[in-house]
Amino acid sequence: MTNQSLTLDVRDLKTHFFTKAGVAKAVDGVSFSVGKGEVLGLVGESGSGKSVTGFSIIGLVDPPGRVVSGEVLFKGQDLLKLDAEGLRQLRGNRIAMIFQDPMMTLNPVLRVDTQMIETIKAHDSSISKRDALARARDALGQVGIPAPDERLRSYPHQFSGGMRQRVAIAIALLNKPDLIIADEPTTALDVTIQGQILYEAQKLCRETGTSMIWITHDLAVVAGLADHICVMYGGKAVEQGTIDDVLDHPVHPYTRGLLGSVPGHNTRGQRLYQIPGMAPSLMNLPQGCTFQDRCPRADDACLIEPGITEPVPGRAVRCCHPHLDRNEEVGA
Amino acid sequence: MSEISEIAIAEPLKVETPLHRFMSDFADNKIALVAFFVLLGIIFIAIFAPVISPTDPYDLAKVSIFDSKLAPGTKSMDEVTFWLGTDTSGRDLLSSIFYGLRISLGVGVLSGVIALCIGSAIGLMAAYYGGYVDTLIMRIVDIQLSFPAILVALILISVLGKGVDKIIIALVLVQWAYYARTVRGTALVERNKEYIEAASCLALSNNRIVFRHLLPNCLPPLIVVATVQTAHAISLEATLSFLGVGLPVTEPSLGLLIANGFNVMLSGLYWVSFFPGIALLITIVSINLVGDQLRDVLNPRLQK
Amino acid sequence: MSVFIIRRLLQSVVVVAVMSLIVFIGVNIVGNPVDMLINPDADQAEIARVIRDLGLDRPVHEQYMFFVKNALQGDLGKSFVFGESALKLIIQRIPATFELAMVALLMAVIIGVPLGVIAGMRPTAISSRIIMTGSILGFSLPTFWVGLMMIMIFAVTLGWLPSTGRGDTVSVLGIEVSFLTVDGLRHMLMPALNLALLKISLVIRLARAGTREAMHQDYVKFARAKGLSETRVIMVHVLKNIMIPVVTVLGLEFGSLIAFSVVTESVFAWPGMGKLLIDAIHNLDRPIIVAYLMIIVLVFVVINLLVDILYSVLDPRVRLKDAGQ
Repeated sequence: MTNQSLTLDVRDLKTHFFTKAGVAKAVDGVSFSVGKGEVLGLVGESGSGKSVTGFSIIGLVDPPGRVVSGEVLFKGQDLLKLDAEGLRQLRGNRIAMIFQDPMMTLNPVLRVDTQMIETIKAHDSSISKRDALARARDALGQVGIPAPDERLRSYPHQFSGGMRQRVAIAIALLNKPDLIIADEPTTALDVTIQGQILYEAQKLCRETGTSMIWITHDLAVVAGLADHICVMYGGKAVEQGTIDDVLDHPVHPYTRGLLGSVPGHNTRGQRLYQIPGMAPSLMNLPQGCTFQDRCPRADDACLIEPGITEPVPGRAVRCCHPHLDRNEEVGA
Repeated sequence: MSEISEIAIAEPLKVETPLHRFMSDFADNKIALVAFFVLLGIIFIAIFAPVISPTDPYDLAKVSIFDSKLAPGTKSMDEVTFWLGTDTSGRDLLSSIFYGLRISLGVGVLSGVIALCIGSAIGLMAAYYGGYVDTLIMRIVDIQLSFPAILVALILISVLGKGVDKIIIALVLVQWAYYARTVRGTALVERNKEYIEAASCLALSNNRIVFRHLLPNCLPPLIVVATVQTAHAISLEATLSFLGVGLPVTEPSLGLLIANGFNVMLSGLYWVSFFPGIALLITIVSINLVGDQLRDVLNPRLQK
Repeated sequence: MSVFIIRRLLQSVVVVAVMSLIVFIGVNIVGNPVDMLINPDADQAEIARVIRDLGLDRPVHEQYMFFVKNALQGDLGKSFVFGESALKLIIQRIPATFELAMVALLMAVIIGVPLGVIAGMRPTAISSRIIMTGSILGFSLPTFWVGLMMIMIFAVTLGWLPSTGRGDTVSVLGIEVSFLTVDGLRHMLMPALNLALLKISLVIRLARAGTREAMHQDYVKFARAKGLSETRVIMVHVLKNIMIPVVTVLGLEFGSLIAFSVVTESVFAWPGMGKLLIDAIHNLDRPIIVAYLMIIVLVFVVINLLVDILYSVLDPRVRLKDAGQ
């Protein structure tokens, strides 16, 4: 593997939450990599550990959570070995993050220009206010906000939800990062706005060569945006590969279940597939494969934790009984 | 979950009454439990002050001026130990504090009870009748609560004059608004619930609905407010008495004892105002701690 | 913005009018106005003259108009004890009280906010528990007794600080102030801290609750994700948000500080209007009491008005709502 060509290489990341009620293994052995200019879709249900994975990369896991082990190689440098100041210098500068709820991410009592300029100043204290303001204005223009000068002097509550998310994206873009971690940035938005944001995001990656991790529970979003996909379940990455290959030929029963439960044109009139049961509590994961309770293929072999196998080159799956027949119908 | 069901299986005969649950919830907080017993002790002292006091500080025949200004722990000529020392007139401070507690607590509780009755009645009226009655009452409550209690009390005292009855009237007038607001708030919530509607459908009289159905359901927040307000009233009475505009010299509450000590403090007789202050502090802190825990236990939002 | 201020001004005028009516009723109807307003040492002819002067032989509504007319001209009667205009006496004492209350307010913010923020950042740490226990104690301690204990320790036993009076003052714009002289500051330290004690507890609780809430907000996490230093996250993003409730509540509490200064001023013999009030109550000097009440009502109304305006400056969301109306 050539580390230098990869923007991010996460290896066997484990982040656990040490609560009074026990240890919650929110992320338990996740590995993936993102190349330059690539978009990785990190997909899973709520509680699958996908957001915690994102926060682990930039060192913002709230206590009682802690990254227990693993490596997060950003352009060859292990972020987990960096001290607080080193991480701070990377955050918002080389690695930016966009959050889910645009109504909550901007500070309500600070003007937009303040919140943008401080992001620039945090990483370049010598820049003049005028230059910083000019860069902020450019960034707003880049994400398609009209009349940026006027908008800079506004407070967040004067913007609509979609506009606020654009501002948040503009803030993420300010320092021209190498990697953007987007944590469900379109979930709280209307479908039409969602489409616009996705389009902007895709355009930006292609134009600037920025890599992106797009965290979502929505396969449809990922389908049109990502190059690679990583499916998470119960704190583990269960299936990875290029987007087309995974969507067309899902190998893990969970991925198949997810795809089968998306309503589509072809499935009209048919009963929609439903994964039986509920996502397990991270406090109390089953022994062995975490999906066994809900898996139609589970048997005694699943009581031992399955390792990662590579059924097809470029694909990784964590399953004892993967669907290896590439002609099999999805959702069966 | 599993723990609860196990206990239920192990002791199927034990039925937990609401009172039981209330008591065990309350005892969860050890500090509050200690405060509760301290408070019981204080109430005991207040009630039985004449019986348990080493001396009667207000029996002039027994108080000797020769015993005045004795430091804590000194013995009198009659071989009585003054554990907390004596004041300028030779009164045993410990006994004075016991008697003072009786007066402070008495005034505080009495004014609290009267204010509770008046305030709840007015609050219930506002909630039940609504409309102009409600608006008028709540406007008065708002205006009064926007002025600090000490100021309202000082105004009333300056208009009414001094005396035990005047102080109680002032304390009642200071407190009623808190009860009125609490009762009105809860009653408004309760009034819209189905059981009141059901009672109305049964054509029960207004009085019966208000006092038998509405009031009992307003009790939990009222109890919490009552504890906090009683602590407040005791503190306020002590402050007014200290300022010399509270209880007359014939009714020496803790505040007056502290004021007496103030005059001799500069000459080094610290204990004359120190110990009554400690007694006042313990009383107020224990009431507040019990009130805090009551708030947690009785809060319906925290219950399952 | 100006519409907002005008509307609030009108409301304030109504409150003052209502309170003047209440004070009037308190003095003239609940109490006997002759006792209240006329020097008890006056003779019959004097009493008859004053009754006529005050219009006490007229119907009640005319009396009220008379009271209002005089009050508007700054005439609230003459002090029995000092023989001077009661209003003038009160106004002379205002700077001392306001100075004390201001310093106490400042202390409450300077001591309370950092402690509250520390307690809010790590609620389970031992330091936080100590701070919170201290604040419960601060709520329960009787102010006047704490003042006594302060005098006992710092003035009597240690001899570090003077126990009474205001110390040296300097005149600034015709107003005597203590905080600009070393001696004045030494005199002010204990009374101001004593007065601030309750408010420090209050500020600690407010700041702690605000910080705990803010720390879990996305905007704080986003600020960190932007690479801001922890200092900037706390000092700008968290602090600016918690200052809204702190400033609002403290502004409203300024009036209560002035009221509570009655106690502190009595303990430390601070020559402010609170001390004057207590003396007036002892001496049955009613005109002073009436003047004090009217002044304090005015102070409360003005404070409420200022807090509302300040609040709208601090919180942009309030500003917008008002502009929309």
